[in-house]
Amino acid sequence: MPPHVGLFIPCYMDQFYPQVALASLELLEKLGCKVSYPIGQTCCGQPLANAGYERDTLTLAKHFVTLFKEVDYIVAPTGSCVLHVKSHFPELKGMEAELEKTQAKIYELTEFLTDILQLTSIKGKFPHKVGFHASCHGLRGLRLSSSSELQEPTFHKAKLLLDQLEGLEWVPLSRPDECCGFGGTFAVSEEALSICMGKDRILDHERNGTEILTGVDMSCLMHLQGIGSRSGSKLRYLHLAEILNQALS
Amino acid sequence: MNHPQAAAAFLKDQARASWHDETLWYVRDKRDAASKRLPEWEDLRTLASDIKEHTLSQLDYYLEKFEEKALENGIQVYWAKDAAEHNQIVLQILQSKECKALVKSKSILTEECHLNPFLEKNGIAVVDSDLGERIVQFLNQPPSHIVLPAIHLKKKEIAELFHEKLGTEKGNEDPKYLTDAARIHLREKFLSAKVAITGVNFGIAETGEFVVCTNEGNADMGVHLADVHIACMGIEKIIPRRKDLGVFLRLLARSATGQSITTYSSHFRSPRKGKEIHLILVDNGRTAQLSRSNYRSSLKCIRCGACMNTCPIYRRSGGFSYGSTVPGPIGSILSPGLDVKKYSTLPFASTLCGSCTDVCPVKINIHEQLYAWRQEITQAQGWSGKELSIKLAKGIFTSPLAYRVSGKILRAALKSLPHSLIYHPLNAWGKGRDLPQPPASTFSEWYQKNRL
Repeated sequence: MPPHVGLFIPCYMDQFYPQVALASLELLEKLGCKVSYPIGQTCCGQPLANAGYERDTLTLAKHFVTLFKEVDYIVAPTGSCVLHVKSHFPELKGMEAELEKTQAKIYELTEFLTDILQLTSIKGKFPHKVGFHASCHGLRGLRLSSSSELQEPTFHKAKLLLDQLEGLEWVPLSRPDECCGFGGTFAVSEEALSICMGKDRILDHERNGTEILTGVDMSCLMHLQGIGSRSGSKLRYLHLAEILNQALS
Repeated sequence: MNHPQAAAAFLKDQARASWHDETLWYVRDKRDAASKRLPEWEDLRTLASDIKEHTLSQLDYYLEKFEEKALENGIQVYWAKDAAEHNQIVLQILQSKECKALVKSKSILTEECHLNPFLEKNGIAVVDSDLGERIVQFLNQPPSHIVLPAIHLKKKEIAELFHEKLGTEKGNEDPKYLTDAARIHLREKFLSAKVAITGVNFGIAETGEFVVCTNEGNADMGVHLADVHIACMGIEKIIPRRKDLGVFLRLLARSATGQSITTYSSHFRSPRKGKEIHLILVDNGRTAQLSRSNYRSSLKCIRCGACMNTCPIYRRSGGFSYGSTVPGPIGSILSPGLDVKKYSTLPFASTLCGSCTDVCPVKINIHEQLYAWRQEITQAQGWSGKELSIKLAKGIFTSPLAYRVSGKILRAALKSLPHSLIYHPLNAWGKGRDLPQPPASTFSEWYQKNRL
């Protein structure tokens, strides 16, 4: 029996990046999963909670837990929303057991591929110079890769997958895990800083020869792409799900 | 105090902001290299965190033990519940010694208590003897960083300042030349001061001694030449035993500057014959912070400054943008405990990237405490504009139908609205970024059409 995966698509991705959601769906299907996309998904509540309104996310969290009750795994092409579900869902009185189950079975896409499906020999080509943006919530929240601050063995789940693709050249960066400055409402409440941080990230990629900038969080990429496009940068942006899905076709 | 405005002002000079970022990143790099030379780094962090947690859990016991031992050693001990009491105690000691001029080595606590302006108002001249602090004192500025007080200034600016204040050659920016000039200037102050004030990095409960760390030896120079040593210590600086000290000294220097050890780690236990040591134990909001379960572990801080050097916000907005004695991530969780209204924007001056938490040598979960403060601040204040848009978002997101409809409207609006309206100056997203191209349909619409 293939695992039954419930695909969770962040709200902004549903609205602005349906192609990334589709790539995630197709990718998981190509890899043999039974995937369903429960209808009626809303925002997980992360923007509210990070802005200081976690108490207002109760209804959203209950809705989420109920919607994904039946599936074996919840998989989402985002690190930050997954971290929110895992760490910042409010206490759900009377639904404690369901909440715990939800938090235990939710995975960010790349960690699902490396830890659950344990992909070690993906057959596919992607002959491009790829720079990876390590989104902070995936990096230091979900520990999708080792962090430069800690003394720990080096690991990188996304790189583990991308390295399997023929022709892909991984671009090393001067600051491999610095924040891009998106930060949800930070992007507008601290607009000047947010833009400056984004510009610095783009510059690091450009200086080191990135052709395609990828990552596991479309929100960070949306921010970077918006800045890049405004300044006439030549970088291209693809979510990691798009790269894997293209390479596998 | 408004962090976004201060940050935007700092960023106006982009070249300078970029220089500031690079300068502090260089310190972070040195810290990385130093910490990675120790295979036991993570064990040290855990141990240090555990020792601090334990000490904070029995702070009353350790403080009393420390006082008892210090008294036995001949140190005079005072307790100050707040900044005003602390300053008053210092003043009384100075008045009893008829002291009109003193030297002070680096002490963030005395900055926190605004001791310098208080003493000056009472006719006492204070000379900060740490080079960086002396520089900012000349400029009438507070330190912009707790370890590197003048890190926001360039060599050229210091050369100009020294030319004006110390008569150095105009245009001579040679660091050695400028340091020599400062040394000569300070030497004279050291020789004439009857009282020296220092901070305290660690107080050891077991022995009643305290430890002061400096790279310049200025604390020692001040204390050894003066008759009276006044040490100002926050009550969270206690550690239980002398053998615990090594754990912290190893972490502190590496985290702060990437050095293996601070140049001078001086132990003070008993006054020399004919001399006096006065030790002031200061609360100033620490007990209140201890009582807040979400934030008590912020008191583990050993003031290494590593969270500032790593913080992508601090590096690009400068220490002054925080408007608090302790800037940066740690300041943003400590300061709201002192005045939640005044410092209400600080917990939002972060993307919650978590680098501060991973870099912290005593494992304070700084970014989680920033998140927790946000929840309290919004509850306490209700920012009208933000509150409104959040409520709106909540109304949209809780109803799947409303969410679909509003998404459609938004996407349609992006297509049809004139550029000038979307990129209105009030639209902070569009100011420096383009918006994504709106797709023909949402994923959810596609899925229902093609898969159900």
